Amino acid sequence: MANALVNVPPRARRGEIIEIKTLISHPMETGYRRSQLGTPIPRDIIRLFVCTYNGTEIFRAELHPAIAANPFFVFSTVATESGTLAFQWTGDNGFSATESAAITVD
Amino acid sequence: MERETSRRAFLQAAAAGLGLGAVITVAPADATPAAMEDAVRKVVGSSRVSKGRVKLELPPLSENGNTVPLTVSVESPMTPADHVRAIHVFTELNPQPDVVSFRFGPRAGRASVSTRIRLANTQTVTAIAELSDGSFWSASAAVVVTLAACLEDA
Repeated sequence: MANALVNVPPRARRGEIIEIKTLISHPMETGYRRSQLGTPIPRDIIRLFVCTYNGTEIFRAELHPAIAANPFFVFSTVATESGTLAFQWTGDNGFSATESAAITVD
Repeated sequence: MERETSRRAFLQAAAAGLGLGAVITVAPADATPAAMEDAVRKVVGSSRVSKGRVKLELPPLSENGNTVPLTVSVESPMTPADHVRAIHVFTELNPQPDVVSFRFGPRAGRASVSTRIRLANTQTVTAIAELSDGSFWSASAAVVVTLAACLEDA
């Protein structure tokens, strides 16, 4: 199973802009490389990353092979209410991974 | 005489082609390969892309093209009335011109994203931002790559 790491501040003031960092282990095989025997290595990438905040989508990234292995994203959101931030990665060969983080907003 | 005319005709055709090119190119100063042009067209449609407002940060020299840090941000108040809808990143010389498309809304608070990309060559990277009013803005950055991605192993 893929290893996903997310970094969300545990507490924030209402209206504050918080920074979110995510990292997931994935080879992001481009499909342009060849093995030592000369056979093409098939593409295997994460195609989509979505972040939702209490069910509302706040950020989405559509990935292509030009994203480095172990996709890493830093983005931000406004802390509106206490709740859960859910992260989902989906890709080739039925790849799917989810992660979530709780946030308390005062 | 005949040769004269054909050369003139050729030059006129070339000038017309150039004029057309200037209308549709994103960065007329750069020799942008056609593939990237097509990819950009697919995203922006027939809209005009202006330079500015977007800040694209990339190292000017990258030793390893397999992982190049990229930060792109847009000056925007990020209110429901005026926000950045999407940021698209393109490269000229990678096997595929598309790199990534980020989509967000006023909930993002700040239109700024960082990630790591692959570059197959020394080339120019372009970021295009789509604003809520339907306008498109772009920025480009040149990167010198010592070890190319896609060919060598990481």
